[in-house]
Amino acid sequence: MSIDTSKVADSNRDEPATASKPSKVGAAATWADERLGLAGLAKKNLRKVFPDHWSFMLGEIALWSFVILLLTGVFLTLWFNPSMGEVTYEGSYAQLRGIHMSEAYASALNISFDVRGGLLMRQMHHWAAMLFIAAMFVHMMRVFFTGAFRKPRELNWVIGSLLLLLGTLEGFTGYSLPDDLLSGTGVRASDGFMKSIPVVGTYLSFFLFGGEFPGESIIPRLYAVHILLIPGLLLALVTAHMLLLVYHKHTQWPGPGRTQENVVGYPMMPVYMAKAGGFFFMVFGATALMGGLLTINPVWKFGPYDPSKVTAGSQPDWYMGWPDGALRIMPGWETHAFGHTISWNVMLPIIVLPGVMFTILMLLPFIESWITKDKREHHLLERPRNAPTRTATMVALMTFYGLLWAAGGNDLIATHFHLSINQITYFMRVAVFIGPVIAFWITRRWCISLQRHDNEKLLHGYETGIIMRSAEGGYSERHLPISETSAYTLTARERDEVYVPESETDDNGVVAPGSRVERLRSKLSTLMYADNVQKPTREELEEAQHHAEHVRELEAGLDHPASGHEFDGHNLHEVSDEPLRPGH
Amino acid sequence: MSAHDDNLPVLEADPIADPGLPEHEWRPTDVDPAMERRAERQVAAWFGLSMVSTVLFVVSYFAFAVGEDADTFLGLGSSTLFLGLTLGIALLSIGIGIIQWARKLMGDHEIVEYRHSAASSPEDREETLAVLALGAEESGIGRRPLIRNSLLGALGLVGLTPIIALRDLGPLPGDVLEHTVWDKGMRVVRDVVGTPIKASELIIGDLVNAQPEALFNGGPEGGPMEGVELQIEKSKSSVILVRMEPDDITPGEGREDWSVDGIQCYSKICTHVGCPISLWERTTGNVLCPCHQSTFDLGDSAKVVFGPAARALPQLPLAVDDEGYLIAQSDFTEPVGPSYWERDSG
Repeated sequence: MSIDTSKVADSNRDEPATASKPSKVGAAATWADERLGLAGLAKKNLRKVFPDHWSFMLGEIALWSFVILLLTGVFLTLWFNPSMGEVTYEGSYAQLRGIHMSEAYASALNISFDVRGGLLMRQMHHWAAMLFIAAMFVHMMRVFFTGAFRKPRELNWVIGSLLLLLGTLEGFTGYSLPDDLLSGTGVRASDGFMKSIPVVGTYLSFFLFGGEFPGESIIPRLYAVHILLIPGLLLALVTAHMLLLVYHKHTQWPGPGRTQENVVGYPMMPVYMAKAGGFFFMVFGATALMGGLLTINPVWKFGPYDPSKVTAGSQPDWYMGWPDGALRIMPGWETHAFGHTISWNVMLPIIVLPGVMFTILMLLPFIESWITKDKREHHLLERPRNAPTRTATMVALMTFYGLLWAAGGNDLIATHFHLSINQITYFMRVAVFIGPVIAFWITRRWCISLQRHDNEKLLHGYETGIIMRSAEGGYSERHLPISETSAYTLTARERDEVYVPESETDDNGVVAPGSRVERLRSKLSTLMYADNVQKPTREELEEAQHHAEHVRELEAGLDHPASGHEFDGHNLHEVSDEPLRPGH
Repeated sequence: MSAHDDNLPVLEADPIADPGLPEHEWRPTDVDPAMERRAERQVAAWFGLSMVSTVLFVVSYFAFAVGEDADTFLGLGSSTLFLGLTLGIALLSIGIGIIQWARKLMGDHEIVEYRHSAASSPEDREETLAVLALGAEESGIGRRPLIRNSLLGALGLVGLTPIIALRDLGPLPGDVLEHTVWDKGMRVVRDVVGTPIKASELIIGDLVNAQPEALFNGGPEGGPMEGVELQIEKSKSSVILVRMEPDDITPGEGREDWSVDGIQCYSKICTHVGCPISLWERTTGNVLCPCHQSTFDLGDSAKVVFGPAARALPQLPLAVDDEGYLIAQSDFTEPVGPSYWERDSG
């Protein structure tokens, strides 16, 4: 398609570049193409279209923080010494001089105090890790709330979930490396977690730690996992995530001209390259500011790890907080039978629960498409209100997560708000089950009521804020019709169809195979869709317009809305009458 | 327009027809040369600011020392502070400049690209299946079950090698978790300093962190233990000594003679996941683990009164030696620390 670029940046160049003169860039491109043959691929993708919306930027934050993690991480490996060999600290930090500690901890102190820029890089690395996981979380919620996980993107949802899981493990292995008292306590607890696994737990612990806890192998082994194994997997999965994104083309919000069959936005080259590239620098810059200004994980204050010591308020990084909360509020159940011990109190919250939660997360797209039996591709996003049950499901999951997360800080809540830790714990034990149900119900009703509001806007117009007084002295608010663009955008969604199973018995009265499954599907579909408010039909819209005209006739006499500013010079006026800038 | 795809949901004028893409509107920088030049200068100014900041970064790197005085400026390492500030501004300015460039000066025409179904065309699929079938046919994998099955067997077996090869990651657990270095007659000594403790040194309400004497004389040539051995022993043998009003203590069954004048000794390692228990509440006689808040009542055999732990803290039977120092009557009578599958006692 041809684009009028006559007015764009004419200061850059008066004439478009021509290929007539052989340029150096052109020669290099020819050289490369003769060997790689990338011109075909580049032609298709250099002008690839990406739609614009602020929420599409969240995943980008995660991507760029991952790049920052790789860059700052390489810097740290140049000085970090992942060894548990015992040394006496003789570095700059006076308070720990002469103390016995592992080489890992000593080198973490060395990076913090004796390498210029070392502490900055350590803090940037830690902040970027937090940003990485937080951005992945928010991005995941965006994708779920807007229905962007639907066909054909289900596999990318699974890859994304794996990224979240691996990112969390990567964070845990990372903050365990400095071998300070806090991180060592975390490793100590994870030894307890492993030992709670029936049959193989003790063996797992002995193999991982190279013998009895703490041994002298865990730090080097976590280091290999942290800088090689998991980053490799992350890199591969991030690449797959991006390739699928490019292949599927990005989803977009519905609007005039934006349909299921197209994607409207700016081209990769130059606009998105510039925006995304610029955004990388902004994320990097923000991380650098945080690394320089905001202290994070001051390992020197904790001292070296000593299995007989602990600090009060020991807590993992925030993303490990929710299983830790589950661990804290779990009742102390343990079974002793036939010479064996099963500690439900550890295994259920820390081994089983995260596994179950991640499985549920990965299955969400498949559960939804199973219920709806919808096998079509979806490229237009849905507003959260237009999928009340889906939105409520995620809010219920978020509530569950949030309550467990708060339970992970029950000691801090108790000390800061002067509450009894016992009561907080008892409260949480109940709240994690009831809270999500309440949240589900409220969210669902809330969404449905927002849907009603949308229909009201379509049928009766928007509230102008102009109060009319009739001759009889009655007051009413004047409604004006919304623009065609907004009306189209509001109605550009599908009608929900409750799944109705086909006749359950055949002509001979024999129950059709699988009909119990069908009934379940129908029930879930009813729960999912039956209460939703559907957009008005054409007839309803026409009738409403007809009615509005009638009202306007009644209001004839007053050919413009009275805003109450008729005489004070602040009257409303059409924006289009205003010149763009005074003087032109 | 691409051929209509049945795989896509369609919204045909229901209830409103698609008004189509709105008209493109020119930006001030497109129509006003003065605005355009201004935007150009702004972008260049951001890049200029970045350069200045990078120079300042280099200056800060050499100007500010790290080390001892790292806390001199606002409680932050001054070197870290200025390096972070200058690096942050240098990077942010590049980012802001580029984005300003994209928003104000680069073309802002939205373009339309058509989508295609993610699936390949039916012809492609059929051809692929045909090629697969041909390949399978030519290899004869279906016709030669002997080859196929023996190959599967070989691959399955060779897959075991990495698992076997990981065997040397660590020794088998054996029964090491059931024992600690505590032994009959071993003195209970103060943590860190290693001095033995007389019963009379503790007053009621005192809680002392203690260790087996072997940590200080069980190492090479009678010296202190070192390295891994020391860390492992600390993670199992650490204890707390507490002296309470004898009337406040309900000794467990068969533990009537495990305390000395109201002094009891318990494992410091939480039975939940192994954190050292360290918060002592003198008035209630409870100790609390700071990791997950399991609370144990030292007046009642350290039974769990609150929190996720399932078992009481193991108790170390105490006695007094000839010189009046506290000693252990034996090792712990049950494994200390977190539960594990092979653990065989309630």
